[in-house]
Amino acid sequence: MSEHTHEPVPYRTFILIWVALLILTGITIAVSRVHLGALNIWIALGVASIKSSLVIFVFMHLRQESKLFKIGLLVMLSILAIFIGFTFFDVLYR
Amino acid sequence: MSIEHRDDTGARFGMWLFLYTEVILFSGLFILYAMALSKFPQQFAEASHKLNIYFGSINTIVLLTSSLTIALAVTAIQRGRIRQTLILCGVTVALALLFLVNKYFEWSEEIGHGIYPGSEHLAEMGPGVTNFFNLYYFTAGLHGLHVFIGATLISIVAVLTAKGKVTSDRYTLLENSALYWHLVDLVWIFLFPLYYLIL
Repeated sequence: MSEHTHEPVPYRTFILIWVALLILTGITIAVSRVHLGALNIWIALGVASIKSSLVIFVFMHLRQESKLFKIGLLVMLSILAIFIGFTFFDVLYR
Repeated sequence: MSIEHRDDTGARFGMWLFLYTEVILFSGLFILYAMALSKFPQQFAEASHKLNIYFGSINTIVLLTSSLTIALAVTAIQRGRIRQTLILCGVTVALALLFLVNKYFEWSEEIGHGIYPGSEHLAEMGPGVTNFFNLYYFTAGLHGLHVFIGATLISIVAVLTAKGKVTSDRYTLLENSALYWHLVDLVWIFLFPLYYLIL
């Protein structure tokens, strides 16, 4: 099975990602204290999405996984988009 | 030597599939949140102000750091550094407990103010605020349960590592527990701004 094991990710990489995550958390909190109307929620979701991709691709080693894992993520996100989209088609146009 | 069947990639993919279902589970709650927010924007902002932003921020830092330590533990086991792996697992579990202790104080304070599902005080504040807190308790509670399960898994893996059952050659259990732990972190990354930081 040796061909399927990953190269260890250096400690340095993980620590840098952690620092980036803390900075992004600081940005989320700082932006949330300024009134921007509906933009506030979109910025919060945008920063949260960036943070999630860092966690998924680096901490969870998705970067090193085969295509199958990445397609799986894409399928899950598509199901999620359908779930959210169809719910809102219903709720917003009642 | 007996022949054993072993498929580490398959085991990892199975874990990922399970995590996808977890995302769908939590996304149901986030969709409920989004619909309630579009119905009661003013009340949601008002209710969000009642949450303690310090508890939320500290718990965010705690969870992000615990995600780092468990990611480092995977690298440590891959390099065969058993002692480091055990220390990093220990730190992760300690951070998980710290998160739950914070949550305990946070919820005690809120419940002390008469804010809990079904309370009269909450009913007086109207359907918007009630909606917010019901969702908050359910989502954060379900997340807290995941923190507890994750910490238990990591403790078990640490014991197995100490016993020599998880090694640099065979560490799928640690890897999959780490994946679960990162999911707990991912859910919090969305939960924190949506519940604590609404203006």
